[in-house]
Amino acid sequence: MNAARSLLACALSLALSPAWAQDHSHHQMPPAEPATKPAHDHTAMDHATVDHAAMDHAAMDHAAMERGAQAPPVDHAAMGHGPSGHEPREPIPPLTDADRAAAFPELAHGMHHAPERNSFVMFDRLEAVDVDHGSGQAWEAQAWFGSDLNRLWLRSEGEREHGRTEAADLEVLYGRSVSPWWDVVAGVKHDFKPGDSREWAAFGVQGLAPYKFEFSATAYVGESGATAATVEAEYEVLLTNRLILQPRVEIEAFGKDDPARGLGSGLSTAEAGLRLRYEFTRRFAPYVGVAWERAYGGTADHRRVEGESVENTRLVAGVRLWF
Amino acid sequence: MTSDVSGRRVASPSRRRFVTGLAAGGVATGAGLWHLPASASAGRANIPTVLTGTQFDLSIDASPVNFTGRTRPAVTVNGSLPAPVLRWREGDTVTLRVANRLPVESSVHWHGILLPANMDGVPGLSFDGIHPGETFTYRFDIRQSGTYWYHSHSLFQEQAGLYGAIVIDPREPAPYSFDREHVVLLSDWTDLAPASLFRRMKKMAGYDNFHKRTVGDFFDDVSRDGLAATLTDRGQWGRMRMTPTDLSDINANTYTYLLNGNAPSGNWTGLFGRGEKVLLRFINGSAMTYFDVRIPGLKMTVVAADGQYIHPVTVDEFRIAVAETFDVIVEPAGQDAYAIFAQDMGRTGYARGTLAVREGLEAPLPVQDPRPILTMDDMGHGGMDHAGMKHGAKGMEGGCGANMGMKGMEGGCGANMGMNGAGHDGMAGMDHGGGMQSHPASERGNPLIDMQTMSPTPKLDDPGIGLRDNGRTVLTYGAMRSLFDDPDGREPERTLELHLTGHMEKFAWSFDGLKFMDAEPLRLNYGERMRIVLVNDTMMTHPIHLHGMWSDVENESGEFHLRKHTVDMPPGTKRSYRVRADALGRWAYHCHLLYHMEAGMMREVRVEERA
Repeated sequence: MNAARSLLACALSLALSPAWAQDHSHHQMPPAEPATKPAHDHTAMDHATVDHAAMDHAAMDHAAMERGAQAPPVDHAAMGHGPSGHEPREPIPPLTDADRAAAFPELAHGMHHAPERNSFVMFDRLEAVDVDHGSGQAWEAQAWFGSDLNRLWLRSEGEREHGRTEAADLEVLYGRSVSPWWDVVAGVKHDFKPGDSREWAAFGVQGLAPYKFEFSATAYVGESGATAATVEAEYEVLLTNRLILQPRVEIEAFGKDDPARGLGSGLSTAEAGLRLRYEFTRRFAPYVGVAWERAYGGTADHRRVEGESVENTRLVAGVRLWF
Repeated sequence: MTSDVSGRRVASPSRRRFVTGLAAGGVATGAGLWHLPASASAGRANIPTVLTGTQFDLSIDASPVNFTGRTRPAVTVNGSLPAPVLRWREGDTVTLRVANRLPVESSVHWHGILLPANMDGVPGLSFDGIHPGETFTYRFDIRQSGTYWYHSHSLFQEQAGLYGAIVIDPREPAPYSFDREHVVLLSDWTDLAPASLFRRMKKMAGYDNFHKRTVGDFFDDVSRDGLAATLTDRGQWGRMRMTPTDLSDINANTYTYLLNGNAPSGNWTGLFGRGEKVLLRFINGSAMTYFDVRIPGLKMTVVAADGQYIHPVTVDEFRIAVAETFDVIVEPAGQDAYAIFAQDMGRTGYARGTLAVREGLEAPLPVQDPRPILTMDDMGHGGMDHAGMKHGAKGMEGGCGANMGMKGMEGGCGANMGMNGAGHDGMAGMDHGGGMQSHPASERGNPLIDMQTMSPTPKLDDPGIGLRDNGRTVLTYGAMRSLFDDPDGREPERTLELHLTGHMEKFAWSFDGLKFMDAEPLRLNYGERMRIVLVNDTMMTHPIHLHGMWSDVENESGEFHLRKHTVDMPPGTKRSYRVRADALGRWAYHCHLLYHMEAGMMREVRVEERA
């Protein structure tokens, strides 16, 4: 948990500085370029050219690798005399025109492989919330469409109380893998609630942190200089392979006061949840849990003025499903 | 010709837990081939037809099958799953007219058979595939003998049932004798449409792993190994974001394992007479499953691998990679029945059959082995004090220096160091600070690669994960040696190193971090003798198959050792083999795990005349 906390703290500070996302991508991206071209050189072309120096080393390398690196000097000498030029025991059959025709037939199309584009839609939380004097509902969903490297992401979160939607948003993001575990995302976020609907530009990073923390951090820039940031992390504790405890934290911060929506600048809210689900199948897992939420700073002040509680702890029950 | 299935015995849904079926793939013709209820317990086991001669008519069609209690569509040949056994003779010219009665393109590839490129049956490389309603005629000379197999090379049709055995009788008598023989074709079946199974892997690659380590396992490990060691272990895996129980991508949670087209409850039975020597031709026709095979009570003498004779080696058990074949001789005596027990590598299920003096007998099945857990050593991340290091380089100098020449300046150690410098996101393996194994530049910072091996070794004498120290003699590549000297005899003129790469979570698979569609063909010069060195940079085991030419596996001294058509590459291994480029044309070269190939773990090998 300590690791998670320091990670969060670190990520939060980074996410709040908008430059970071770009730095990050910058840092990771360049290797993608050499990744496409020079690779061929290594595998095919370098070797296709008859380079005696290279061959010697290749032969030597093999021996060296298998038997230990102390050996190379010896092996190097042994292998140094280059490829043997003698004829094969089984002669190579001379080629006829019929062979040539059979080897390279005219083809109408290239090879078909499984589709590159796939999709994933998950309702991580679809739950009923035990609120004061009534009931509420909440959801968190995400989806991606696309390839291994380039994806369209949809993310949505929201909650209802007493039949009224208190908060709801939808993000539409382009995500690109910049390293084995991290995607950078950029796009728009639409807040349906609270208050009047509004748009944000969104930039962020998401992925799987070391120790398998699902992590995302997003910075938002809205109208009239409004800024916001959200950091979210989830973890899975396997009590058994089907009974899974999922701790989750989410922190929201805003750059400016927004009295109309009851939001103060700085750290606004922190949420922590603990949900215990049972995976009847991978795709369908009901859960129960507890969700704690607390407002800070100006947001807490607003709540006090409105006579709302600054801190809530609520029971939740729901399902997690994906397709 | 299509009536041989009617006698098939239906497997009851014995071990199946749940199979979430989606839309059907292929087309169920409902041709009345299938009419036995799922509970049928009498009747003959499914035995594929044997077709012999030089002229063959094969018809690819969709037929309903039932291995789990649910009737599902399969892709069949002459109405049969597996497809009929084709019996050829070395020296003959065979003609195979293959009709496609599916509504989609199809193909048949003759696995391990030397033939002209346009007869190899790979759509997009050898030919245009067989279009619906068309018949393609394959004709080629048989220049080899032994046990092989054939299967579709069109998308996922192989998984859906299009696979069968090929037996080629030698012109000269075999160097061993036997009184009777059986084909034992192992495979994996899913009720899912294979394409939707692929999509599922892309959504959630760990779907089938219900053996991840739990909180309880943590405390067990603490009480066994101590807190510090357990935390270190969990830390290593956690930083890699990997799971040491990921032995296979798809397991018995999804699959039903078949032996000659029979689920375990179908109990395929091969007969023997007392005192007979029985040749069993094992073929792994699975899409994704490695099997560990034994016949409790019998020693098995392996006499051929991938159709090619080897010095006989007697074992209790062997691991058969996808697409490999092993011919073994057994001499049953003293019991009326013996179980053929083939558990999957991850110990989640098994295929089984029986050798018996008459139909209807069963032998007790052995208890499944404990489920193995991968170690850092297994993945070639052995620390300084581990066995993996003993064969490896002692320091940076040797390993790097050796590679620089081969891979060019950009490749060598720089790749490793660059990776190291990638910062917080660098490979966990870097923690070991080794750096013996260099990696291609295309792997550096590549989002499609989730690990790189640090100090891989050939591991030719390693029985494999889950088979070490099990009290049985287990076959290894080191123990198998071709019965003949290197038929070519030349030293390789050059070496081409390829890394097997992937990303478990993304279910992305590639060579050198480049998928098939993003890579140039590997070019070989007609007539040359060259060497391929494979390095496994993943935690999975991959069977690598080169079409059209043999893969002559080298021993640890770089000498000709074992002729193969499919080379098994466990995690943490670096293995080399010689290729004699005596087959002009465009050839497929790929991981024979079907879903890995479809995800991009494939290259075209183009053998061209020297300019």
